[in-house]
Amino acid sequence: MTRGLIALAVLIVVGLLKLPVEHDLAVLHRQEHFRGVEFNLDLREKVGQLGFIAALSGFRAIVADALFIQAHAAWENTQWGRMLWLFRQITTLQPRVLLFWDTAAWHMAWNASVAAMNDTSQPRQALRVKAQREYFAIGKEFLERGIKNNPDRPELYEALARLYKEKYKDHERAAEYYAKAAALPDAKPWDRRFSAYELSYCEGREREAYERLRSLYDEGEKERLPTLIKRLQSLEDKLAIPPEQRIPDKLMKR
Amino acid sequence: MIPKRHSVFSLSRILAITGNTLTELTRLKVFYVLLVFGLLLIGSSIFMAQFSFQQEFQILKDVSLGAISMFTSLLAIVATARMLPQDVEDRTLYTILAKPVPRFEYVVGKIAGVLLLLAISTLVMVAAFLAVLYMREQAVLQVTAKQMASAPPEQLADALNAVRASAFNVDLIPGIIIIFLKACLLTALTLFVSTFATSTIFTIVVMVFIYFIGHLEATAREYWLMAHGGGLITRVFLAILALLFPDLQAFNLVDDIVAGTAISMAVFFKTALLGIFYTVIYTLLSVFVFYGKEL
Repeated sequence: MTRGLIALAVLIVVGLLKLPVEHDLAVLHRQEHFRGVEFNLDLREKVGQLGFIAALSGFRAIVADALFIQAHAAWENTQWGRMLWLFRQITTLQPRVLLFWDTAAWHMAWNASVAAMNDTSQPRQALRVKAQREYFAIGKEFLERGIKNNPDRPELYEALARLYKEKYKDHERAAEYYAKAAALPDAKPWDRRFSAYELSYCEGREREAYERLRSLYDEGEKERLPTLIKRLQSLEDKLAIPPEQRIPDKLMKR
Repeated sequence: MIPKRHSVFSLSRILAITGNTLTELTRLKVFYVLLVFGLLLIGSSIFMAQFSFQQEFQILKDVSLGAISMFTSLLAIVATARMLPQDVEDRTLYTILAKPVPRFEYVVGKIAGVLLLLAISTLVMVAAFLAVLYMREQAVLQVTAKQMASAPPEQLADALNAVRASAFNVDLIPGIIIIFLKACLLTALTLFVSTFATSTIFTIVVMVFIYFIGHLEATAREYWLMAHGGGLITRVFLAILALLFPDLQAFNLVDDIVAGTAISMAVFFKTALLGIFYTVIYTLLSVFVFYGKEL
């Protein structure tokens, strides 16, 4: 009995000593993007009882994968509502897996939106367009939340730029997100180029786009790709650039 | 002839108990059941999903590492919980302690036996995981090379590199070491609980509760330290949780490593040190309580 009480006292003293160490370690983990999931009632509501228990036992990755396989099956059966519900749980459980955010956004903005537009059970086109727009917004929301959870990785900025370009035809926002991706350490070499391409379609920002494209062109042969030359030519005409400042003819014919 | 003096500490005595414990544990059916389940889960992850190669590798790694984590934790609790009660029941404990073997040598030898078993099981499961990952990587590389046979060499090289980068990541190794350290911590804690527990089942039930509470400890600690509202009772309750239980969530790094988060040396060493610290403290406490135990 006495030994038990002494052991308890030692545990409390050790607890007092380890408290700041564990707290500092938790801060370090968060700084380095571990412990991306906070255990609170919000999580409990989002992932359901089973998911919460799994997350508590340290098996959230396996549960997220199982839900992902279910989402894949739901996709095969075109159950868009179920897919949305599953992807919300998956991304809550594994917020650092880019693949889940990207796949969720792709399913919503590309697949579900097209299915909504082709929905023969809805005779009114206005409502089909409305549903399509809603799916675009859901896809965008997934990517925005994904970026909030992974601000250091370029892939989701690229995906959001693609969504703005292809679904919203918003070249200004697409240029902005490609530029954000390009500013990150692991950016793809084409992000800078794509940002300039998108900017070249924006009314009123032709001069800026021209300067960026020209600067890429001046970097050398590697950047002198057909699309870049085409966009540059188009802007030279639009901005009435003097002939001596234009890119050489032989390259223009490429 | 001068009789050999009895030494207070003998490594050979501890090693003898360790070896004996390991032999005993490897004869247990539960060990093989858990190991086979672990290996089956790792092996079956190949067939779980045939998506894009990134999705496939993600699931394969998640499932395999989850299986390693689950089975090492289970083995740590189950193997340790039955150790002392079994030795009492078999009267082995009395035979050993009747000889000039100090109780701390007995406890250290026992825990070393379980840790050795955990190390062997982890190595077997990691070897199976790496073999499965390698086989899948080679298969995907072959398919990619076939699909891109007509592509320019730099594009092909880029695609093959993308496949390789998605498969094995060197950061997985520190993640696996942390899983092992978590199992070591659970072993020492189970041993500590079993020194005052009355039966194997009691120890296992208590450890299951501790396992879940340990994963919530960080939340309780943050709430307590940040003085978030709540009455006196709530604050006392949170303080007890924060002080008495280990932060098991600190050892779940592998999920984020698979997701692509790089593990720094600082994170690895601090987490590993915390695991070793807990293992040593709980072992010492087990020795202390075991010394006072009436046998």
